[in-house]
Amino acid sequence: MALWRSLNRSKIVWPLITLGALLLFNLFFTPHFFRMEIIEGHLFGNLIDILKNAAPIMLLAIGLTLVIATHGIDISVGSVVAISAGVVAILIGGDLAGHPKYPIAVAMIAALLVSTAAGMWNGMLVSRVGMQPIIATLILFVAGRGIAMVFTNAMVIWLYAKPFALLGQGYVLGLPFSIYIVAFVLLVTSIFTRKTAVGLFIEAVGINPTAARFSGINAKNIVFWCYTFSGFCAGVSGLIVCSTIMSADGNNAGNLFELDAILAVVLGGTSLSGGKFYLLGSMVGALIIQTLTTTIYAFNVAPEISQVVKALVVYAVSLLQSEVFRSKIAGVFARKELSA
Amino acid sequence: MSDEMPILSMKGITKVFPGVKALSDVDFRLFKGEVHAIMGQNGAGKSTLVKVLTGVHEHDSGEILLEGRPIRPDSPLAAQKLGISTVYQEINLCPNLSVAENIFVGRQPMRFAGIDWKTLNRRAEEILKRLNIAIDVTQILSSYSIAIQQMVAIARVLDISSKILILDEPTSSLDETEVEQLFKVIRSLRDEGLAILFITHFLDQTYQISDRITILKNGEFVGEFRTEALPKLDLIAKMLGKELSEFSFAMGSDERKKAFALVSKDAKNLLKVKGLGLRGSIAPFDLDLNEGDVLGLAGLLGSGRTEMARLIFGIDGANQGEIQIKGKKATISAPRGAMMAGMGFCSEDRKHEGTFAELTVRENLILALQARNGILKYIPTRKQLEIADELIRSLDIKTPSANNEASQLSGGNQQKVMLARWLATNPIILILDEPTRGIDVGAKLEIMELILNLSQKGMGVIFISSEFEEVVRCSNRIVVLKDKAKIAELSGDDMNESRIMQTIAGGK
Repeated sequence: MALWRSLNRSKIVWPLITLGALLLFNLFFTPHFFRMEIIEGHLFGNLIDILKNAAPIMLLAIGLTLVIATHGIDISVGSVVAISAGVVAILIGGDLAGHPKYPIAVAMIAALLVSTAAGMWNGMLVSRVGMQPIIATLILFVAGRGIAMVFTNAMVIWLYAKPFALLGQGYVLGLPFSIYIVAFVLLVTSIFTRKTAVGLFIEAVGINPTAARFSGINAKNIVFWCYTFSGFCAGVSGLIVCSTIMSADGNNAGNLFELDAILAVVLGGTSLSGGKFYLLGSMVGALIIQTLTTTIYAFNVAPEISQVVKALVVYAVSLLQSEVFRSKIAGVFARKELSA
Repeated sequence: MSDEMPILSMKGITKVFPGVKALSDVDFRLFKGEVHAIMGQNGAGKSTLVKVLTGVHEHDSGEILLEGRPIRPDSPLAAQKLGISTVYQEINLCPNLSVAENIFVGRQPMRFAGIDWKTLNRRAEEILKRLNIAIDVTQILSSYSIAIQQMVAIARVLDISSKILILDEPTSSLDETEVEQLFKVIRSLRDEGLAILFITHFLDQTYQISDRITILKNGEFVGEFRTEALPKLDLIAKMLGKELSEFSFAMGSDERKKAFALVSKDAKNLLKVKGLGLRGSIAPFDLDLNEGDVLGLAGLLGSGRTEMARLIFGIDGANQGEIQIKGKKATISAPRGAMMAGMGFCSEDRKHEGTFAELTVRENLILALQARNGILKYIPTRKQLEIADELIRSLDIKTPSANNEASQLSGGNQQKVMLARWLATNPIILILDEPTRGIDVGAKLEIMELILNLSQKGMGVIFISSEFEEVVRCSNRIVVLKDKAKIAELSGDDMNESRIMQTIAGGK
């Protein structure tokens, strides 16, 4: 009973249990799921693939966690991924010999600046103009892909500049390079939110914006910078997406990423109504989604019903995280104990 | 009456929340045709007891008998079906629907494929007639006064089958005539044989309306009394469990004036307001606040008390006038600026403008201090705990620990947390808007005591209360407001309730 109660209280436990259950399921039912191979000094295998494929969503989820904690939402992140990919691709250029038009570093910085500016635009609409977050970010959600098309002249640009491939395809110490990027952004964000007052202020604004303002917190600035940071994270994610397939496609890059990222945050225990946030939980959430996708692929589930399977699992996890549902279940157990 | 069987009897009710024993072995009886008041300080267990009865919480032990049969409602709907109707403190009605629609929402009489509007309106009129109200039920709810809305809320829960009516703080937003109107309705329902459970913080109203009083203290049953056999002072003493004379504000007013006189002799000026105003909010006014002053703002609801406070604290931007703090001109365009200048402000709306429900008490307490320190100078958790524990001790905040969620605290303790949040910043000027509203008499006394202590230490306090008695007791000067303007400033022997009322009424 004590264990049950402590389980009930901790937020990270449920996502972890879900992830564990998914992996356990694969251990029994998917042959070779856990097999790892070392090829040319790199680790290969399903687990590595999950980490690698989850990286772009994880980056989006870091930014979104903070936005959602302020009782906001940013549905434009998928489009910003496309913008970032478009900017970096057009600046590197599609030279077949692999000579970049501008230095790769310059192209990447430019892409990040443009993405951060997109986040600032969202932040300005929400915090200064006072628009509802979903409407404010809907603008870029729709227009963002158009902007990406303008950058790429509505063409799919293929890249041949080898060094740029490191971001999405490279390995360091046997692990995919993109994982290090995620770890770095996560670490910096965690330190910045938990070792300074930023995290507390974000939660305060998300729980009660008026009381936060009355307590001397500059609530508008907090909100503004959260959206800005979300734009930056989407930019980094866009670089990885572009580098992984060495092309930029304004229509398809980051398509529907926003939904997976929001789902990751929610699965991780951060409530859509704002307040307390859990960065690590969001990371586990992203891994759950990616593991689920990989599992579904491994089972050769027909594409037309794979989304349904995904939805069912998500539904089950959401139920597990609902306190009301859990107390009902606990009530059933308690009654059984009584009658026993 | 005691040989008659009670319609409801709760015996040995115990309810434990994590870390708190909210009710322990509480008895409660309710008879047909009586109004029964539950009294107690905040945290005494009044609302928990009602929530157990209405199925919001399930009790851990004890039994509830309704007409002799044991019941155990597990949801408000189940309680309603058993004949227990509740009107909650916040009116849960739709202001943009008609009165009749509000009464029948969710159970509209149907005819063919649509709503039978004729029957709906007729039956709404009938129900209201039972409450002696004759109004046009097709008008939207918001076009009527709060009192009428309150009665519509009663009409909504009142069914033919209702046996028990629970009214949770029904009068907190009503003025005097509206209260009288409501009481008339309550009395006629009582005479019809309904058993009514009445919860209020107003002592006078308890004596006006109730036949019987049950007193709780710290989750325990103190006693059940017939109202006419229980003098007011005894009631207060029983609720507090201590003697009135322990509070220094109960000392003679002469003594207090002397104490004030000592402080304000060579007191420095803290706040000078010149012609500050905002069109549509409050007319330009002047104010002076010195070290050790408690400046009371008195006026009726809507007289501009809160507007005045909001303007000084920079929540609303003034469009004329200026503020000087310690003789220096200050530009205050946001609460943040006011805080940096050494001010603190406790809003009257604790829920929406004060408490961070899901943050811990500790985080609630250090938030303003942290905001002043800035983002980068994060107060380490251990230091936060020290500060929080110190405040919890000095203000006697009742919480299991500093790390419990603020939402678990009772109203009076949340009020103290809000106050303590500002005390942590060591302000020179503290603005308190209705710090005593909606909290019980014990916490009221403690807060007034605290205000006097702070002023003795040299802080300047602006104290707002709709109870003139409290303003007179606490302040050494009183600003009187009327119709969104400052109309007078009273001090010395002019400071009494009747003088305030005369001033507002426009007499001498």
